[in-house]
Amino acid sequence: MITASLVAAEETGYPSGFPLLPHPGEMVIGLIAFAILYWLYKTKVVPRLEELYAERAAAIEGGMQQAEQAQAEAREALEKYTAQLAEARAEAGEIRESAREQGAQIVAEMRAQAQAEATRITEAAKRQVEAERQQAVVQLRQEVGTLSTALASKIVGESLEDEVRQKGIVDRFLSELESGEVKPEKVAPAGQDA
Amino acid sequence: MSPSVVSASWLSGAVVAAEGGGEGFVTPGVRNFWWPVIPFDGTGPWAVTRPALVLLVSVGLLAWFYVGATRKLSVVPSKNQFLVEGSYNFVRNTIGRDIIGSKDFLQFVPLLLTLFTLILVNNVFGIVPFIQFPTMSRVGIPIVLTLIVYVTYHTVAIRRKHGVVGYLKSLIPPGLPGWLRPILFVLEFLTYFVIRPLTLALRLFGNMLAGHLMLLVFIVGGEYLLLHGDNLFLQFSGVLSFVFSIAMTFFELLIEFLQAFIFTLLAALYIGDAVSEHH
Repeated sequence: MITASLVAAEETGYPSGFPLLPHPGEMVIGLIAFAILYWLYKTKVVPRLEELYAERAAAIEGGMQQAEQAQAEAREALEKYTAQLAEARAEAGEIRESAREQGAQIVAEMRAQAQAEATRITEAAKRQVEAERQQAVVQLRQEVGTLSTALASKIVGESLEDEVRQKGIVDRFLSELESGEVKPEKVAPAGQDA
Repeated sequence: MSPSVVSASWLSGAVVAAEGGGEGFVTPGVRNFWWPVIPFDGTGPWAVTRPALVLLVSVGLLAWFYVGATRKLSVVPSKNQFLVEGSYNFVRNTIGRDIIGSKDFLQFVPLLLTLFTLILVNNVFGIVPFIQFPTMSRVGIPIVLTLIVYVTYHTVAIRRKHGVVGYLKSLIPPGLPGWLRPILFVLEFLTYFVIRPLTLALRLFGNMLAGHLMLLVFIVGGEYLLLHGDNLFLQFSGVLSFVFSIAMTFFELLIEFLQAFIFTLLAALYIGDAVSEHH
């Protein structure tokens, strides 16, 4: 630098001498300029920007965390719904099962009822037929009595007809004839009718 | 007329004034870059020169812009912040992190950002109307910046490689035959201690000086041809020279950015070299 200034003093300054000769004044100002800018950048600009970057990274990370949380919540909800669905399905199965049982019971009950009804109807019909048969038998006995009386009176004579004794003879005859198939109490009204 | 043309008369005026006359064409040269301001006719080593003032103006502008724009930062950037973040990201990630490595780069980011913005703005000042002086064409300023980088990377290397001896030992790559070691040591030593700073400073200085000189030649020469040309052909050549100077101005813009980038990139490379465990 000393030689530089010496040369500078001898020449007409820095212009025509050597372009590669650094000018000390410029170097000093260059150093000062660099120092000022470096200091500003180091103390203000870079820390501020780095803080911003950290903040931004944190914001992004926070967003990711939030998303993760939301995802976890969604997964939980899904699990809950799945569990509920399974429960509901099981319940529905149970209900179906019980309904089937109930149905079967109802069918069995109905069948029993119908059976009873059918038996009852058959019974009633049987009884009716029996009654009708009884009636027919009674009627037939009366007619037979009348016929046989008429026939006997024709044979024995008309005198016998009005006699009270006549009744006892017919009765006796009939009971002998049927040998107990027709009950004796039914005979009396027949006899009275006749 | 383009800004460069406007400046032509101004610059040539200076040339004429420096030569003290107007006789014939004066080729623009290195003397055009000597421009003392305080004192006006200063020749001494401590004169305050135009590039020094331009440098201070650039520091003021950069400080105003970066400190102002980072005062209110928000996670969602505004327009100004976008520009700040864009340039900062470029230096921080593309130059710093990718080259020095994500472990150590952060402490060097202020240095790299200072280098990049300071060189870029001062280079672009070479074609900004009314300033039109590439500060880096004065060799002293690139030398200062180079010295800072030089001191930084050697300090870091000595600290990382266990002292001066460890640093010097690390210059020789391991696994070499014995007779090759001294040769390589000399080569590596020259690279690290002489060639790297020399080329770093001279590349920037030379590019800026030559680029601006070329613009000067085209503009001043074009003006001379236009004003003092004897015939129409010479005057037309002067116009052509102007047109070409405009194209060259845009080319200069590219060079200016590129030089700022290369300087910072190489600084980061040297620091990365010093930081790394291996050679």
